[in-house]
Amino acid sequence: MSVGTNGIGKPVSRIDGPAKVTGRAKYAAEFSAPDLAYGFVVSSAVAKGRIKSIDRSAALAVPGVIEVFAHDNRPSLPSSHEKYTDQVAAPGSPFRPLYDGEILFSGQPVALVVAEELEIARFAASLVDIRYETEATVTDLDMRIDQAFEPEKKRAPEWDPPARGDVDSALSRAPTNIRTEYRTPVEHHNPMETFASTAVWENDGRLTVYDKTQGAPNCHEYLCSVFGLAKDKVRVLSPYVGGAFGAGLRPNYQLFMAALAAIGLKRSVRVTLTRQQMFTLGYRPQTLQTLTLGAENDGRLVALKHDAIANTSRFEDYQEPTVVWSGALYPCDHSTVTSRLARFDLFTPCDMRAPGGAVGMYALESAMDELSYAVGVDPLELRLKNYSERDQNYGKPISSKALRDCYLQGAERFGWSKRRPEPRSMREGRELIGYGMATGIWEAFRVPTSARAILAPDGTLEIACATADIGTGTYTILAQIAAEMLGLPLDKVIVKIGDSDLPSAPVEGGSWTAASAGSAVMEACDGLRKELLKRAGAVSNAPLRGVNLADLTWVDGEIRMTSDPSRAMLLSEALLGLNGPITSEVSSAPDEQVLQEYSHYAHSAVFAEVRLDEELGMLRVARVVSAVAAGRILNPKTARSQILGAVVGGIGMALHEETVIDHRYGRFMNHNLAEYHVPVHADVHAIDVIFVDEQEHRLNPLGVKGVGEIGIVGTAAAIANAVFHATGVRVRDLPITIDKRLELRQPTSNHAA
Amino acid sequence: MIDFDYVRANDVGDALSQITKHQAAKFIAGGTNLIDLMKEDVEQPTRLIDITGLPLNEIHETQTGGLKIGALVPNSDLAYDERITKRYPLLSSANLAGASPQLRNMASTGGNLLQRTRCLYFYDTATPCNKRRPGSGCGAAEGFNRMNAILGWSKSCIAVHPSDMCVALSALDAVVNVAGPKGDRAIKSTDFHRLPGDTPEIDTNLARDEIITAIELPSEEFRRHYSYLKIRDRLSYAFALVSVAAALKIEAGAIKSARLALGGVAHKPWRAPDAEQSLEGKQPDRKAFVQAADIILQGAVGFAHNRFKIELARRAIVRALEQAAAGTPQSQSVKVIV
Ligand SMILES: Cc1cc2nc3c(=O)[nH]c(=O)nc-3n(C[C@H](O)[C@H](O)[C@H](O)COP(=O)(O)OP(=O)(O)OC[C@H]3O[C@@H](n4cnc5c(N)ncnc54)[C@H](O)[C@@H]3O)c2cc1C
Ligand code: SF4
Repeated sequence: MSVGTNGIGKPVSRIDGPAKVTGRAKYAAEFSAPDLAYGFVVSSAVAKGRIKSIDRSAALAVPGVIEVFAHDNRPSLPSSHEKYTDQVAAPGSPFRPLYDGEILFSGQPVALVVAEELEIARFAASLVDIRYETEATVTDLDMRIDQAFEPEKKRAPEWDPPARGDVDSALSRAPTNIRTEYRTPVEHHNPMETFASTAVWENDGRLTVYDKTQGAPNCHEYLCSVFGLAKDKVRVLSPYVGGAFGAGLRPNYQLFMAALAAIGLKRSVRVTLTRQQMFTLGYRPQTLQTLTLGAENDGRLVALKHDAIANTSRFEDYQEPTVVWSGALYPCDHSTVTSRLARFDLFTPCDMRAPGGAVGMYALESAMDELSYAVGVDPLELRLKNYSERDQNYGKPISSKALRDCYLQGAERFGWSKRRPEPRSMREGRELIGYGMATGIWEAFRVPTSARAILAPDGTLEIACATADIGTGTYTILAQIAAEMLGLPLDKVIVKIGDSDLPSAPVEGGSWTAASAGSAVMEACDGLRKELLKRAGAVSNAPLRGVNLADLTWVDGEIRMTSDPSRAMLLSEALLGLNGPITSEVSSAPDEQVLQEYSHYAHSAVFAEVRLDEELGMLRVARVVSAVAAGRILNPKTARSQILGAVVGGIGMALHEETVIDHRYGRFMNHNLAEYHVPVHADVHAIDVIFVDEQEHRLNPLGVKGVGEIGIVGTAAAIANAVFHATGVRVRDLPITIDKRLELRQPTSNHAA
Repeated sequence: MIDFDYVRANDVGDALSQITKHQAAKFIAGGTNLIDLMKEDVEQPTRLIDITGLPLNEIHETQTGGLKIGALVPNSDLAYDERITKRYPLLSSANLAGASPQLRNMASTGGNLLQRTRCLYFYDTATPCNKRRPGSGCGAAEGFNRMNAILGWSKSCIAVHPSDMCVALSALDAVVNVAGPKGDRAIKSTDFHRLPGDTPEIDTNLARDEIITAIELPSEEFRRHYSYLKIRDRLSYAFALVSVAAALKIEAGAIKSARLALGGVAHKPWRAPDAEQSLEGKQPDRKAFVQAADIILQGAVGFAHNRFKIELARRAIVRALEQAAAGTPQSQSVKVIV
């Protein structure tokens, strides 16, 4: 099975774009149903303790209020935590909403007010009087360092690669040693669309739920398990998702609430979260990371230690791959990487764009930068000196790795050679200029996924797969792949996704969708090809009789012999006389042997220029060049958008994003988009994306690696390194705000003079 | 969010009689601040009196050679009005430093004056706040206080007034025209906002049953030597950590008069007459500017997360004065600081 470059590889605009910009694309909160009721969630004001009493009389007295659900009057629910688990759950005991009066985190949903109108529900929610018994909370990492622990149950054992060599004695021998500590804060995903679920109660007792999720099948399983419903009684749809960044991987509590109320009331119910409530969901955990590097005088690494402590909740051991990259990337005979957890009285963290990678590589690549100054080797040169063709953790070859080209092409485009080595050595007028760079690496996954392709007699091709498009371009690339396979124009392809009734797919995450759903669609279309060839061969005097599938090219509505294009047949001819559609459905899975033998990563090299006013510290990221090696690029336009968005995320991570916690209340305090800063237009300047040529032949038939996350990995480090180069001030805790840049945290006398 | 009803006022008299009749009513103009606060149950008016139909949306010349800006003139109209951009560029610039284009289109001049603090605890009913619930304590004092005051604060409240426009109005000695049941009166913009003292729940000297009708700008314009410099955590669409409105009159190489107002540092736009006087008669140079900065920042005391603002303010004041003196005001669209 092979693909050409007819539909694939073209910078096609999103096929769902017109529907989105004209408002025809419907999101979870936009679906309606007859007699729809509205739920509003009451959030806990305290972070730990238990509910002493709930007085709902004032709320129930409001005309139009239907019910106030809480733990004391809810429909029956399973007690076993396992029933509340899901495909992406962290090891532990998943949160059971409204199960009992126990408070586990601030903002915990404690009641749902259901009313005839949203406004009534929201008003009545303010009248529900809840009294709590409170306990002291811990949300301060510094108070938990001593109790940091290795989780008993690993989310993925391969994230803790074995130690190699004898790192301590190698460090003591190494001519150059650096040991540094980095901190990254809690961040919230904050997609534009807030979470919402519209649960439609069908007359026959079935439940159809429109949900904002990255995995309709995951939510479907969750609902069946929690509410004890038969699989065919529930359907979850998420046709359009207004961004998610990982926040929609696990079922969120608005889904539970909408379903609970719909089942309890036998009525359709919609629950939408407010922006403030978005800060009560999962988040990127806080980390404290210690990096120790030992190197020869020329910069070659001899020893590396990376220890990370990240927070989790009281009830789940959320883990992410933070240190695994440090073990994998650079050749180094002596290495130990470890990760531990600290318990906080917060909700469980969840995957956020490049979980672990974004923060772990910030630390590693900052430390590499510090090493470059310590040994006096240019940062890019240092990476090239420590280049490896093998995965150092497991000694495996890498399926493909064009990182060197990323370094070289990125540096060329950026003008890295103009960099002067000393900090504070480049300026223009009042502005200091800094150049920084970093490496990015992210897993190139492929996971089992099913897909169906249905070719109608009129030549229309329908593709079906339960996966989601969270704004990434999934609709478009699946259409391109299908069009390519059968030689059809793009507008002959209809893509159906985001529906638990469709052939099953895992959550849309991990940058695996292009490789996984893409391969499934390709294989499903290959099934159609076989069937079509059979039909084509059966036509009397057929030009393609006796020809093998491998010898054919499918292009421009024609099936042609590759070596002799005169032997061809119109696709429509092969469909003549067909009474019904031809269907091909596949379950597609990666080649386990390949995964055993090879490691598989996407890579990048990120270069950043910052400019800042020396006296005032106002800073802008003037340029970023992100050179990415991610196998075949299916659509340079949507792929570039992924990198652009991720680079902006990286700018935010470096300079702006931080959810602050008041430890006295165990509560996130800047819970709105005025105070939780992400970059705005004025913060985003030139971003240049390069996709270097990388031939990937093993991981999947498409040769793709996925580009959803690699763009954020390394970006924060490149910017932080540029800030150091500009100022000579090394800030080791993100975000690098103005006070840290200027070292202004303590009052100093008359600097301005 | 509270259940409220909604009425429209036909004219100023109608608005006043409505607000007098209904104790828990509030005026609503652009709604960009009030609605946010209502959603969070911070403000709980049971009636909204929509004043957007009142004839207060024009800018007129005054007899004393200044301008009178109707309370309902949108922030964006104000910022781009030719009379403002030519004659009072400091006010235009400060306006453009605030919020986003969409918000400025909605926001009114009167509403901007009355916008409330962005203190995180004020916004969160699960935490204590003397401004929101007198006597409940100040969550910020020992909490997260990066955005809070360094000047003029009290034990009961360390909040800042977040407006940019008001900093320029203060520097320009604008006057706020108000109408009330007892008739019209004028309040100097420097007296409009107040310090928190023991009653942080009261932001301004406007009575509950009064309405802002206009802002008057005096004839002194500062067309040439001015700058509005706003330092914030991102390059647009963030409230000021520190902002400086600087305006100078320079004659024969010496400063004839000076205005200096700070935003983001206190419960009101901060002015210090002695700092301004210290500049008079001086050469417009860095030495004079540093001295003025030191005077205006006298007595500044910060908290755990905002001490840096003192030094930052000092540097920003010097720079804004330099920009003003050089006639190279800070641009609000090009983010490079000159
Ligand atoms: C995300 C965000 C960012 C922002 N950033 C900035 C910024 O950087 N700088 C900045 O300066 N501002 C900023 N703002 C605030 C914005 O400027 C104010 O919200 C706006 O000016 C308020 O005007 P309004 O007409 O919408 O007021 P409304 O919300 O309608 O009213 C505010 C208050 O004023 C009262 N009121 C309104 N008009 C009158 C009147 N004529 N007489 C008596 N009372 C009246 C109302 O009763 C209410 O109490 C921001 C706002 C948001 C939401
Ligand atoms: S500073 Fe003022 S507004 Fe903020 S918590 Fe304290 S009293 Fe409330």
